[in-house]
Amino acid sequence: MTLTRPNPYIRPRSEAQGGPETGRRDVLRALAAGAGLALAPGVTLYAFGGPAEARPPGEPASAQVRWGLLIDVNKCADGCTKCVTACATENGWSDNGRPLTDAQWIRKVKVTDPRTKASKSVPMMCQHCAEPPCVDVCPTGASFKRADGIVLVDKHTCIGCRYCMMACPYNARSFIHEPVEDQKENVPRGKGVVESCTLCVHRVDAGRIPACVEACPAEDGGAMAFGDLNDPQSEISKRITKYASTRIRADLGTDPGVRYQNL
Amino acid sequence: MARIVYREIGGGAGFASLLGVLAAFIAAGLASAWYMDHYGHIVTGMTNRIVWGMPHVFAVFLIVTASGVLNIASLGSVFGRTPYKPMARLSGLLAIAFLVGGLTVLVLDLGRPDRLIVAMTEYNFKSIFAWNIILYIGFLAVVAAYLFVQMEQTMSRFAPAVGWFAFIWRLVLTTGTGSIFGWLVAREAYDAAVMAPLFIAMSLSFGLAAFLLILMAVYALTGRPLGDQLLNRLGRLLGIFAAAVLYFTALQHLTNLYAAEHGDVERFILLEGGIYTALFWVGQVVLGGLVPIALVYSPATARTRAGLAAASALVIAGGLAQLYVIIVGGQATPLVLFPGMEVQSSFQDGGIASYIPSLPEIGLGVGGVAFALAIAVVGMKVLRFLPDSLADDAVDPRYRPGSDGGEHLNPAGGVSP
Repeated sequence: MTLTRPNPYIRPRSEAQGGPETGRRDVLRALAAGAGLALAPGVTLYAFGGPAEARPPGEPASAQVRWGLLIDVNKCADGCTKCVTACATENGWSDNGRPLTDAQWIRKVKVTDPRTKASKSVPMMCQHCAEPPCVDVCPTGASFKRADGIVLVDKHTCIGCRYCMMACPYNARSFIHEPVEDQKENVPRGKGVVESCTLCVHRVDAGRIPACVEACPAEDGGAMAFGDLNDPQSEISKRITKYASTRIRADLGTDPGVRYQNL
Repeated sequence: MARIVYREIGGGAGFASLLGVLAAFIAAGLASAWYMDHYGHIVTGMTNRIVWGMPHVFAVFLIVTASGVLNIASLGSVFGRTPYKPMARLSGLLAIAFLVGGLTVLVLDLGRPDRLIVAMTEYNFKSIFAWNIILYIGFLAVVAAYLFVQMEQTMSRFAPAVGWFAFIWRLVLTTGTGSIFGWLVAREAYDAAVMAPLFIAMSLSFGLAAFLLILMAVYALTGRPLGDQLLNRLGRLLGIFAAAVLYFTALQHLTNLYAAEHGDVERFILLEGGIYTALFWVGQVVLGGLVPIALVYSPATARTRAGLAAASALVIAGGLAQLYVIIVGGQATPLVLFPGMEVQSSFQDGGIASYIPSLPEIGLGVGGVAFALAIAVVGMKVLRFLPDSLADDAVDPRYRPGSDGGEHLNPAGGVSP
């Protein structure tokens, strides 16, 4: 299996853009870029619909994009942990046999109806909320949301207070309790700070899909779909439009970017 | 009423040995912090389920107590109670000492304590935690200014205004501390506006208890007179504050009990939570609430120093129990990911999280208390915080022997006519 599969859910910008609102924003962006910013070439390319799938270095993430996941739990097999393994391999965290102190960027949660005993197996990770409580509570701003909806931790300004972990409704964050070794080039980690699923931001920026999505072995294209929730023509948007999906603890109003189908 | 004369406490062997004991606890606290920092939090009892543990119990206790202990000064400057005014300097000193002690524990428990400068320079103003950092630093500045205008004769005309400002600041600060928990919308055990007034009541109670213990200890050790009526009044006030804590605690749990969705959390804390249930009912409610109230109001113990000291110590022990239940017990219950469903995972989703505090955590917390006390003791040694006399006729212009029902505190216990 290659790890360089292109992102089938990302369409070229030229296709994905359109509509008067987008156009007006692009003109403003291009004008700003024209005011002598060093980023001008990249921004201009983006604004006028260059075919860039990968984000050029130096170009900021775009608020026109909202990256998200759709997970069909009917296709997610109980006992299958390929997404978990792929995430650990990609991002350099590991199971040291201490589940409550080991990092768990993604875990499988078995959800059972207490009356019928019917159960589902649900992959759980950072839900990349539009209104992330972890970002709200972080005293230093180390927890932040990128313009494209990916919620991250700045490892240089995280002081390890763990207030974000108190605030996260999904127990999605891990505090690093022990020194870490064998870090991956693209995924800096360190003892004493908090981390969580990055939606494989280093891959997404390179035009690829997250490792968990790529590793999912389920039939019909896998149980997990990744893509731009803001693009009505993206595969993920089409599926969300066609089939009912839900968000975990939608009542909290955090507007997660991860949706679940058949939950 | 005689003019109040303030004087430093003497040095000597007693002073040196007290500082020596405190220094030993501080060293143990620092060693604990180094151990946790070097090996990581893996050496503590804290996990990714119980992310705040024993250090936070001590840190929050010290911070809440710091704001409460300033209340003695406010009684004089804001509420115009003349007999309490001579204690305002000690009140301010203890407020600074406890806050510094609490913040030290909080900082040394950080995953990256070396990044303290980041916490001081990078602010997310949407975070109540960031606001608390500003409120803590501001509190130190405001109380320092309050002490300055009290101790510098030429500035004394500003004392009432600065006193008011400090009073308002401390209320906002404790509101902020309570809101650190009250604004955690996703956690069933918190997410309640009552956390702010509950914490204010806790601060008044813990702060007064700590103040009374230190006041009685220092005046006994230095052989300075301390008025019975003064202590008697403060004792009755302690009873009111302890009752206020029970009131807001009842409100917190009754409100939760009314909402079916909080039923699991309440059942855990109030009935089935093992150590947390025991700490709540026995530690907080009975020993930390009902017994101290009985001690300061029952005729047998109400006007004895032993009774008052016991009541104060019990309020503090109950306060630590209460914070343990709030902070650790509140995290032990699982987050509700799928309401109405049973959940299982490698992360023990759906299950009760266990927590056993480790020695370094306790060492760090106790070290913080020792640090606070050391600051107070050294402060009293180098500056004039303590009045030579707090005898009733020295502090209260309206004092009449026997005016308080004809009863006075008796060091040996019992009631003297």
